[in-house]
Amino acid sequence: MARVHLPSGLTQFTGGVADVVVDASRARDLLDRLAERFPALASQLDDVAVAIDGQIYQDPGYQPVGPASEVHLVPRIAGG
Amino acid sequence: MSERTFKYVGTRPIRHDGVDKVTGRANYGADLSLPDMLHGVLVRSPYAHARIVAIDTTAAEALPGVKAVITGKDIPETRAKLPLGEGAIDLHDVSDNMIARRKVLYEGHTVAAVAATTLDIARQAASLINVTYERLEPVLSIDRAIAPDASILHEDMRTKGVPNASKPSNIAMRMEGKRGDVDRGFAEADVVIEREVRTPTVHQGYIEPHACVARFGEDGRAIVWCTTQGPFAVRDQCAAILGMDAAHVKVIPSEIGGGFGGKIVVYLEPLALALARNAQRPVKMVMNRDEVFRATGPTSATKIRVKLGAKRDGTFVAASASLYYEAGAYRGSPAGAGMMCALAPYRIPNFFLEAFDVVVNKPKVAAYRAPGSPMVSFAVESVVDEIARELKLDPIDVRIRNAAVEGDLAPYGPAYGPIGLKTMLEQAREHPHWKAPLGPNQGRGVACGFWFNAGMNSSATVTLNMDGSAAVVTGNPDIGGTRAAQALMVAEELSIPVERVRPGVGDTDSSGMTDLTGGSRVCYATGMAVIGAAQDVREQLRARAAKTWNVNVDAVRWDGGFAIPPEHTANAQPLGVAELAAKMAHTGGPIVGRASLYAPMAGPGFGVHICDLEVDPETGQSRVVRYTAFQDVGKAVHPSYVEGQMQGGVAQGIGWALNEEYIYNADGVMENPGFLDYRMPVASDLPMIETVIVEVANPLHPYGVRGVGEVPIVPPLGAVANAMRDVTGIRFTELPLSPPRVLAAITERNRETVGV
Repeated sequence: MARVHLPSGLTQFTGGVADVVVDASRARDLLDRLAERFPALASQLDDVAVAIDGQIYQDPGYQPVGPASEVHLVPRIAGG
Repeated sequence: MSERTFKYVGTRPIRHDGVDKVTGRANYGADLSLPDMLHGVLVRSPYAHARIVAIDTTAAEALPGVKAVITGKDIPETRAKLPLGEGAIDLHDVSDNMIARRKVLYEGHTVAAVAATTLDIARQAASLINVTYERLEPVLSIDRAIAPDASILHEDMRTKGVPNASKPSNIAMRMEGKRGDVDRGFAEADVVIEREVRTPTVHQGYIEPHACVARFGEDGRAIVWCTTQGPFAVRDQCAAILGMDAAHVKVIPSEIGGGFGGKIVVYLEPLALALARNAQRPVKMVMNRDEVFRATGPTSATKIRVKLGAKRDGTFVAASASLYYEAGAYRGSPAGAGMMCALAPYRIPNFFLEAFDVVVNKPKVAAYRAPGSPMVSFAVESVVDEIARELKLDPIDVRIRNAAVEGDLAPYGPAYGPIGLKTMLEQAREHPHWKAPLGPNQGRGVACGFWFNAGMNSSATVTLNMDGSAAVVTGNPDIGGTRAAQALMVAEELSIPVERVRPGVGDTDSSGMTDLTGGSRVCYATGMAVIGAAQDVREQLRARAAKTWNVNVDAVRWDGGFAIPPEHTANAQPLGVAELAAKMAHTGGPIVGRASLYAPMAGPGFGVHICDLEVDPETGQSRVVRYTAFQDVGKAVHPSYVEGQMQGGVAQGIGWALNEEYIYNADGVMENPGFLDYRMPVASDLPMIETVIVEVANPLHPYGVRGVGEVPIVPPLGAVANAMRDVTGIRFTELPLSPPRVLAAITERNRETVGV
């Protein structure tokens, strides 16, 4: 069960909930579970990158998420 | 990370592309000519904000020599989004920015394109295109854009990130980040400093303007030659904007004369393709410098307020910041990145940050080297300097006390891995520069800075020749010396001399898919693919040796460029790369190695800079007299080009701090679109920039490489501003610190001192 931390900008869409435990083994599934639990959050998830145990993935795809993983949602950023 | 000794990595061979570049032989975007070629020219809006009522192209089309004329209605609008990895690009905005449909949103916004047999005829035809505009009030600043009575740029824009935002707005997005209890933190502080700063619109300033040649066949297949940071990005943008199959578009990247993030989004290529398609002849388009300034993405002007609270011993306890970034005519400033970078160098338990992406009637901003970070670093490092002065503490000691270390939570969430910030601050404090005496009218400033560094998609192939030399091909245009670094990696993995490795940049047909060059990712992520491809070659060489000796491949060792036979193998001597390559036709055929990967972000990069500034009190003119840049690069593959990246970033940051700004008149027309009046530093303006390379290995990379290219532009704004404070006693909160601004402030201060 991964622990997911949401930045405060996104907690407006979860009724203030900032830390969520999610049952998922892949990044894509984890985001889908979050969208199911908080429908207002779904539209905001297009622009997020996902940090899994400290590694940030701009496009999280099917990156594996472990049973004790720490996951942070961070805004996608562009380099120059 | 083991202390591996390298034979080639870390050395300084002359770059493979060096002689062609210094002799002018290298071929850049404007250097291609094709038989039967036409010249394309753009017609641009003279107004910053207006509705397009009508466009009459009949006189232009009738001019002899004109072969194609297009306007916005000839390019269908698109709702496609491209996942360029670094955040999806909304192609509707890219296309509308490329050529306006209903409204022009900045002075210089393209409204039509012409192709003709000569440049003169094309320009003449452009002047014959008659556009009727209905002028609208231009919005030229953040304050005007967010005012309740502001003229609205996009009627359908609602502020993203604000639940239930229902009214049209010029604020495209609001973001926030927080931790702890910022009010309680400030209440517990012994000193609180708050400042609001402004930074101007500045351009990436690449020396080579945008240029391309497009060729379009009756069969719908097209070729584009262009200067770009991302040939695959150009291909996909052109295909989506023009409604073509990307498989029918081949993009060949030329040598590139600088990009810095400004050569990712397309401005010319789809227009050149459309003209070439209509005219059934190749079309060449080259921007002049005026156009580059007025109509390609500069970076955001900003208004940033920062408040920082500390204990008497200098420990930071709370911070808040509000960041407003101009996006230009369409949404998409790096305000969010700025927010994430703002406090990144420091451990602060309580903070509240908010960021706003604001549209204005200026060219749409594009990425510029660590997008979003330099501006907010200027704000934060100025306030950190004030805190140090208020508490009478050494400015480096204050930063050391609060410096983030491995295990600390980054402000954007995850914990930092191994990072070199504290090491660099300690080295800076002991460095001779920090202790050197200052002369009259001289001051010293220090600042640190942060950038993320990207990962994403990379591919590489390494091929062996029968003479034992090798070639490596990737899809990444070389803007920082990455070909030299890639050759060093192949040399290292295969133990062949670096001069016998030929590094090349492929096109979209000859290279595996690769994300753009930028984000400080090529040496790190594409480098990992290059290393992987070279190791693939090595594995194949082991197998060929096993075949030669008729033994199991698992029993074959590889050591220092030789395949070593298992003991007691009859008639078997170690075989080197050259020998194995010479026989490859007999042992199974050509040897081609490949690797492709998606890399996570490279692990953060930090820099610490010290700047000595001399200011002439009679003219306000400043001169950087000494500059030292420290940076944690993980592992310097080619140290000269790492140093070059550091020095280049410093030069751009100094220009941003001291002289560069877009100057607009009240109608939103840029008054200084040329290098004479948009003043970037040249070689005679700056001293030799000393560099100190620190190597705290990045555990994600086999050699420990971190991204390097972007970090060095971040600290200079704060370092220069803090030096200015040191020498003049004046805290400037607006950039650039140009002579007129500095002189006016010095004069005012003198008047106050004298009591006039």
